[in-house]
Amino acid sequence: MSKRHVTTTIDGEGREFLCEDWQTLLDVLRDVLMKTGTKEGCGTGDCGACSVLLDGRLVCSCLMLAAEAEGRVIETVEGMAEGDRLHPLQQHFLQEAALQCGICTPGFLVAARALLAQNPDPSEREVRFWLAGNLCRCTGYDKIVRAVLAAAAEMRGAEA
Amino acid sequence: MEYASPRSLDEAIGLLSQAGVDARPMAGGTDLLVQLRTGARRPELLVDLKQIPGLCGIDCGSQGFRIGAAVSGAEIGECLPLREAWPGVVEAAELIGSTQIQGRASLGGNLCNASPAADSVPALIAAGAVCTLIGPAGRREVPVDDIVRGPGETALGEAEIIVDFRLPRPQDGTGDAYQRMIPRTEMDIAIVGAGVSVRVAESGECLACRVALGAVAARPIRVDEAAAALMGRRPDSEALEELAARASAAADPIDDKRGTRAYRTRVAGVLARRAAEEALRRAGDRWAARSQSS
Ligand SMILES: Cc1cc2nc3c(=O)[nH]c(=O)nc-3n(C[C@H](O)[C@H](O)[C@H](O)COP(=O)(O)OP(=O)(O)OC[C@H]3O[C@@H](n4cnc5c(N)ncnc54)[C@H](O)[C@@H]3O)c2cc1C
Ligand code: FES
Ligand code: FES
Repeated sequence: MSKRHVTTTIDGEGREFLCEDWQTLLDVLRDVLMKTGTKEGCGTGDCGACSVLLDGRLVCSCLMLAAEAEGRVIETVEGMAEGDRLHPLQQHFLQEAALQCGICTPGFLVAARALLAQNPDPSEREVRFWLAGNLCRCTGYDKIVRAVLAAAAEMRGAEA
Repeated sequence: MEYASPRSLDEAIGLLSQAGVDARPMAGGTDLLVQLRTGARRPELLVDLKQIPGLCGIDCGSQGFRIGAAVSGAEIGECLPLREAWPGVVEAAELIGSTQIQGRASLGGNLCNASPAADSVPALIAAGAVCTLIGPAGRREVPVDDIVRGPGETALGEAEIIVDFRLPRPQDGTGDAYQRMIPRTEMDIAIVGAGVSVRVAESGECLACRVALGAVAARPIRVDEAAAALMGRRPDSEALEELAARASAAADPIDDKRGTRAYRTRVAGVLARRAAEEALRRAGDRWAARSQSS
């Protein structure tokens, strides 16, 4: 069978790609578009490393077919920094040392960004529940939660 | 495997009923794509239901609610009129998976995957939800109670799909709730799930009650004996104890790493009681709000 042609928007750019019907969006991001910022941990929805936004909604790109991206807007971790200027979440992850090996980090960043977009002032509890689908084997989570809260505070300040 | 994304019900049923093609409907894919990956299922054709208008969106009319079978948990959580009317159904739907899973997981998928532990199912049964099915033989309405037959098995016919779920506008004095027990705080499979809906008179007398349990039998079960413990009386602690005992008695669970049979049996009663207490509290709050506004 011939490949499927998909037209979509990824990180603000119109993109077209060819894929097999069985390929996940994660497969295509990493192996076809070479956008390897989005990570694969489990491939089964458990770890959140592959988190992306689909029309603004947080989803696992490993549990979505690439074919489903037709006409949709995808946002990945690669669209967070503006040139050399890191997103406040990225900056605070560095400052708080919220990563060690780093494989979970893109997923946490994308998920945290989705949280702050709908709740600019989350409580620690809200952050922990929102991020329950993102697993980290290294940090013990506390630093991640601290980084998200610090970034939220900075982003609120910047808007005021 | 091929993927198709039909825009109409007719087209979808046509694709699903083609002779000689092993076709499978897909909503959020949070069960199905995991099963494809592990090799548990190998369909030749996936028919995505999310572009079909009848399976999308939530309508809140004067008669009641229509929830599209492919609507995600996140959208259900955002529907304030539904949350206000059927908080137990909404809290159950919101318990499915993580934020990421919520972005995709649907009620239709949760039901048709036919896991005994599916979270939304006991809540839908307790609330008296009815689903609309469409297949090659036409349309029929079936209570959610009658869909799941056993693990992975449903009452759906060949090429039949669930289009939507209907819930009535709650009558005065109605309240519902869902409670589940998992070994962790988030992201795990229920040891027990309990959904309860009640309708109480202003006097506090219980006029109607439905109790449903998940994860304690081969399929989610309705436990009318437990509901009967509250009916026609004011639900005092004796009545609630009776409800708990009958819920435990109806449980016939498995033994596994998440919980022993004895533990699940006991927890079935405890959760049924807690869900009933919460449903009664909500029903009472409705009466209180009504008397304040009049
Ligand atoms: C990490 C993770 C955590 C999870 N946590 C929970 C949890 O806490 N509680 C819980 O209950 N579940 C949980 N699940 C399971 C799953 O997310 C839910 O069962 C979800 O509701 C399935 O919906 P879906 O739309 O993704 O279904 P899909 O995967 O699209 O479909 C599931 C099944 O139903 C069929 N189907 C789908 N829609 C229809 C329809 N309209 N008509 C006929 N057949 C249909 C499909 O053919 C398939 O067999 C979890 C899954 C993952 C990956
Ligand atoms: S790779 Fe998608 S959730 Fe783990
Ligand atoms: S930093 Fe290693 S998994 Fe999170």
